[in-house]
This record gives sequence, C-alpha cells and structure tokens, in this order.
Amino acid sequence: MLDTFLHNGVVQRVGQAVFTLFGVAVFVFVMLRAIPGDQITANLGTEAAALTPDQRASLEAYYGIDQPLIGQFFSWLGNVMTGNLGFSSRAQTSVADLTLQALPITFELAVLSIVLALAIGIPLGMLSASRPNSPRDAAGQAVGLAGLSIPAFLLATTLMSVLAAQFGFNPNGEPFARLFDDPLLNMQQMLLPALVLGFGVAAPIMRTTRTAVLEVTSDDFVRTARAKGVPPRRLQIRHILRNALVPIATMTGLQFGYLLGGAVVVEQIFSIPGIGRQVLLGIQQNEYALVQSTVLVIALAFVLVNLLTDLLYRLIDPRVRAA
Amino acid sequence: MSDRLRRTRSGPALVGAVAAAALVLAACSDANTGDGDTSNTEPGSADLQPGGDLVIGVTSDPDTLFPWRATQFQAVHMLGNVYGTLTELDQNLDVVPGLAETWDVSEDGLTVTFTLRDGVTFADGSSFGSEDVVHSLESIRDEETAAVASSSLARVDEVTAPDESTVVLTLASPDAGLFANLASVNLAMLSSDDTEDALNTTPNGTGPFTFETRVPNQSVTLARNDAYWGEPALLDTVEFRVIPDESSIVSSLQSGNVQMAVFDDPLVADTATGSNVNVTETPQLSYHVLQLNARRGPLADLNVRLAIQCGIDRQQVLDTAALGEGEVTGPITSPAYRSDPNARPCPERDVERAKDYLAEADVDGPVVLETIVSQGEYATSVNEAQNLKAQLDEVGIELKIEPLESGAYVDRWVAADFDAAVALNGGRPEPDGMYGRYFTSDGNLNEVAGYSSPELDELFAQGLLATDDDERKQIYDDVSRHLEDNAVWVWLFTSYTYTVTDSSLQGFVPMANGSLQYLRTAGFAG
Repeated sequence: MLDTFLHNGVVQRVGQAVFTLFGVAVFVFVMLRAIPGDQITANLGTEAAALTPDQRASLEAYYGIDQPLIGQFFSWLGNVMTGNLGFSSRAQTSVADLTLQALPITFELAVLSIVLALAIGIPLGMLSASRPNSPRDAAGQAVGLAGLSIPAFLLATTLMSVLAAQFGFNPNGEPFARLFDDPLLNMQQMLLPALVLGFGVAAPIMRTTRTAVLEVTSDDFVRTARAKGVPPRRLQIRHILRNALVPIATMTGLQFGYLLGGAVVVEQIFSIPGIGRQVLLGIQQNEYALVQSTVLVIALAFVLVNLLTDLLYRLIDPRVRAA
Repeated sequence: MSDRLRRTRSGPALVGAVAAAALVLAACSDANTGDGDTSNTEPGSADLQPGGDLVIGVTSDPDTLFPWRATQFQAVHMLGNVYGTLTELDQNLDVVPGLAETWDVSEDGLTVTFTLRDGVTFADGSSFGSEDVVHSLESIRDEETAAVASSSLARVDEVTAPDESTVVLTLASPDAGLFANLASVNLAMLSSDDTEDALNTTPNGTGPFTFETRVPNQSVTLARNDAYWGEPALLDTVEFRVIPDESSIVSSLQSGNVQMAVFDDPLVADTATGSNVNVTETPQLSYHVLQLNARRGPLADLNVRLAIQCGIDRQQVLDTAALGEGEVTGPITSPAYRSDPNARPCPERDVERAKDYLAEADVDGPVVLETIVSQGEYATSVNEAQNLKAQLDEVGIELKIEPLESGAYVDRWVAADFDAAVALNGGRPEPDGMYGRYFTSDGNLNEVAGYSSPELDELFAQGLLATDDDERKQIYDDVSRHLEDNAVWVWLFTSYTYTVTDSSLQGFVPMANGSLQYLRTAGFAG
C-alpha cells in the first residue's frame, strides 16, 4: 500500500502541498505587516493621532498586536493547527464562522461561472477550429478577444445599471439569499456575476480549445477515422474533442482555482458576500488573523483543485494512468 | 463627529458607472434636486403614515458597534440612532436637551448640574439613572477604555450623583464647549450593567431605535423603540444594507430595493436620476484644507506661508477638483461661528504679492514642500493636489506630491511627518471642539497642526470662559483672523453630501454633521 503511494508520488505531492501552504502563511504574514498602519489606525483613521500612550497600549493589547512578531506568528499558526482560525473584532465573530459562510458562496459562483465559461468557450473554440482563418474563425476569435479585454468591472456595472434603470431588474439590491434558503432568488442574484465572470473565463478556454482541436485534427487517427466514414459530428465530439480535453481540463482547473480565490471586483459590484470581499475588508481594516487564515484556506482550496485536476487527467486519458 | 476621513472609495467601478450613466442618462428624466435649504423642512412635518421598512444603502458595515470608539462614518451614524446622549443637536446644530432635561452652570463656571429625564429606559428594559451617567463619564475618562472622546472631558475633575436624577460635574476650568461635545455618540450613555464585550454584539441604548440584527458584511437592522422617551419613530424598521459599490447603490435606488443613500461624490450623485428619487444637497462641516507644518523647513517662515496663502485661487481648486460643488471657506465651518472667507490676506489670488512675500522670505534656494495626499480615501484629493501644485508653480513654490494609500497617509499624518498635507478634516458644531485640540499648545493634535502661539492659547481660553453668544462669536472671529493672518493652514472649501431618497420617503432632514438622527421623524407618505 505504502509502496503504491510512494510510487504514485502521492506522499511527495502532499509534502509539497504542506510546504507550499507554510510558505504562503509566512509570505502573507510578512506582507500584511509591511502594509503601513495597524488595526488601530485602520479603525480610528487620523483620530489615532489623539490617542495618549496609555490608550494606545490598551488598544494594542486588545488587538493582540503588543506581542513580538515571531510570537504572533507561531501563536496564530498553532491556533490554526487546532482549527481556531482567529477572531474578527470587526464582525465580532470567529474567522472560521465567517469563512464557512463565505466559502460556499464563492464556490457556487465559481462553479456557475465555470459552467457558463465551458458552455461558451468550448463550442466557440470548436467552431473556430472547424475552419481556421475563415470568417467564422474570426468571429469566434473576436468574441474571445472581447472576453479577454473587456474589464469585468465595466461589463458588470454597465449590465447592472442598465437593467436596473431601464427594467427595474436588480435582484442584487435584495438582501443576499443563500442557495438553500431561497434557491430562486439566489439563482437570480448569481446570474449576472456568473455571466460576467464566465464571459471572462470563456476566452482562455475558447483559445485553448481552438489550439488543442486544431492540433488533434491533424493527427493520423483522425484521418483514419474520417477515411473509415465516421460521421463529422461524431468525429468532432467522440474523437477530436475527447483527445483535446487534457489541455482544456488544465486550463479549466487553473481558472477554477483562481475563481475560488474570490472575484473581488465582481463580488463588490454585485454585493456577493464571498471570500474575496472577506479578504479585501480584512486588508482594509488590517485584521491580520482574518486575512492570514482566509488566504490560507484559499491556498488550500487552490492546491486541492490542482490535485483534483491531476486526478481528472487519469480519467480523461488512459495514457496518463499508465505512466 | 470625528476627524476621521470619510470613506468614499471610487475605484475603477466609477469608470463603469460613468459609462453606464451615459447610456442611462439619454433615456431618463431629471432628478428633482433640492437646494439643501432645510429651514422650511420641519422634521416630520409632512403627513406621514406610521409603519414601513426603510432600507438605506451603505458601502460598508460598521467597523465597531461600541459607541465610545466609533469613528467610522457608517458606525457613528447608525449608532446615533440607537444610543442617547446627555445633550443633542437640532437641525441647525444648536444644543438642545437630550437625556438631560435641563442643566445649570454655577456663577464661576466650575460646577455643572444636570437634571436627568424621568422614565427613560434602555433597550433591555432597565431604567436609566444618574449612576449610569457617572459610570459612563468615568469610564470614558479612564485611559484604559481608550475612548476616542476622552479629551472632551479633559476639564472635568469629578462626576457625582447626589440623587437618582441629578448629576454634578466639577470642572477644573470653565468649558463653554462642553454641552455641544456631550451630544456626540462617542459620549453616549451606557448602562452601568453593560460590558464592552456585550455591547460589541448587542448594542443597548436609549435611542429612538433598538438594535435588532446584524449579518456581518451584509446588513444591520434597527427596529422602532416603542419605549423611547420622545415622540416614537414612525418607521417599523431601518435596515442598513451593505452594497459595497456606490454605483450599485444607485442602481438599487432606481430599482426600488433601497429607499435612501448618502453620497459625497457629486459624480455618483449625478447618476442617481429617475422620477422616483429626490436628491438633497447639504453643505458639510468638514473642510478641505492644505495643512502646513509651520514647524518644519521653509514653512517656519511666515512669509513663505503667506506666499502660499496668496498664490492660491480657492475657487479654482473647487472648480477643477470638485466640479465647483461646494463653497470656499475660512477656518471655522460651525454654522453659528462661521468664518468670513474674505477675511484673509489675499481673498483673491494675487501672484505678484505672493512673489513679493517669497522674496522677503529668509530661505536659501527654491522652496520645495513634501506634500502628502491620500489616494482613494475621498474622491477629490489627488485632483486638489494637482491644481494646488500647478498654481504654486507660478509663484515659484514646488509641491512635491506624494500620493499615499490611506494607511500610509494616516501613519505619516499621525506622525506629523510632512511639510504639507492635502486633507479633508471633520468639522464640529462648536469651534473649541473643532480647533482647540489642534491649535492650543497642549492640544492632543497640536503636533499635527504644526502651529501654536500664546495669542491663540489666550483666545481659546477666553472662548471657554465666555458665556454670551456675541462675545463668543467675536472671540472665535479673532481666532479665525489669527489663523488666516499667520497663514497657519490654507483653508480651501467645504463640499456637500447628497442624500438620495425615494420620493415616498419624507420627513428626513439631512444634517451638516452627517447625522442620521432625523430617521426618527422620517416616514413613508400615503
């Protein structure tokens, strides 16, 4: 059993992951301290100038920033090991609770965005590849270029403003509804953000699909299949797309990982209380423990998604399984 | 009101908002824009129905629910509806009774006796009495509490409660500004049974609304306090809904999900068009200023400061940086003590005179000033800095502009580590509270202010002794003159806030200090 693990490099992968996460923890810790100011000045603003030394000392003790840095780091890391991610004095609740609230929302948004991105990107990429350098290829490429170059905030604000002002359609103005509390409203609220994100992510997927499909199309087995009289649609899907899936899966996994980190801008505009906003608020308020723990959770999710993508290769491509 | 800069993040989303607005404007009718004149708008005078749920769009969650340490705009004004104070301010910012029904000042000004209102209860049902006042004031004075308004009680020596409804403050020196200061939510009256930890999650005050629920980062909901000592509010509930992006708040106003919001960026307010919304402009107490540090480098020379004073056309700064939306101001913005903006050396820009001053100055080589600017904290900062730089270039003074992220700016500001600072500072209804802490030599912000003088110390001391209104006005006019004649800072302009309300919401009066206290008289028509 252990042999199999070692052989497959699973132990090695897990070791790497732990090392990566530790690196992330140190990096975030240091970067946060490099931001000018602390939680006191973030809370009080210029009013912090009026604090007497005793008042300041009292607040430093309250926020736990009176300890030496090394002590702060290891006491936080020790707590994280035991499942205590810290406390947000701003929200007056534990970081674990906040994260448990926010992570599923971001996860849902990421899944919906990826589904939309695949639904737009793959057909478009296949369409482009079916006749390279033709008008239909140019059209597909143009959509891809638009997806890459139209900034999410522009698309998001424009969509929202026009729909709200002209049609009174603005589900995101309602209090946020969680998926299992009010699925109908939740889906309405997720529609526009998922569309905006999906459109952006569709572009790299479309381009990857186009390249991969073109590459596979020139392979010998495709010619053979065509010669054997396989109908074009079947050829496209069963033979070509199937074999082009590995790079598409890689790209999708990568994009999904990024989306799990929270799409801050889109979450801001559509008032989605996801993980991206949690990190942003934490940074604005210099809530060290909140940001450190949340980033660690995001990094963990990213590592997991990459592992899963690797596993997916084995399902898609028997050659990987054999290797 | 604190000096905390107001947060109006106008990130890249603004560009989108403008683009979208261009599309929408073409199709929409004009908004009804009020002129901000509140004199004929009596709170709650309209024929309003009791009941209804109001949703206010805000860009941020309150960063604390503990009133003594709240400086963030959203926190201060939400908590102002939940907590009560000994005195209050009316819509003209005059001091009126609050939890103290009357007060009496002794002949020598050293003893103040408050008579408390009867039958007041906290939200948890417990009754309010003199021991709560003593507990609150003593705790605020205790440095351990780190209350932001502790300096407002600096002249208080002792707080005693001879009986259940009387509180006596013994002062070390007379303090005419005390009564306006006591109206701040930072000096809210808390129950002596409460702890900070409890209040951090469950505010318990005597205000017209009680705290109902909070969903962190999403909303805070208040409900009418039926046991309120004054006229009960009309609205059943008030929800402060967090919509982080200002242009999304505008969309929510237009679609009717939100019925009220307050903006301070005129560009955003301009996009709030539609037949169902009203926009009211309210001049603010806060002021835009070029702070000078008269204790550093060339600015220690009065002639250099006067050269800057004369080299700046304030209206031009206002026009280029803030679309002309505001008014040129002198130092004091408190309505009853307002400085005359023309009572200053060079009320009009005079480049020749500025150059003369500079020639008389005892400085070697060119004058270069490290100028800190907060980037993103409020919309107009960088534009103001660029215009100031362009104007002073013509005089021969170079502003070396350092745009800083807000945390870095606050650090430098707090440490007084700048020659000049482009700032938006909070104003107060009463001039001693506004400037005493900056410009008296023992004020807790004097290091940042960068200037003090025996004359100013004397004037501020007189201001606290004087009880006659006209006499006080004269003293603070002299303060204002002294600040301008010595070009201590360069006061630029005050701007407006824009209160956007659904046309069915009436009876709300926006205030110059940003307070939302008239939510208690607001209601829906018909």
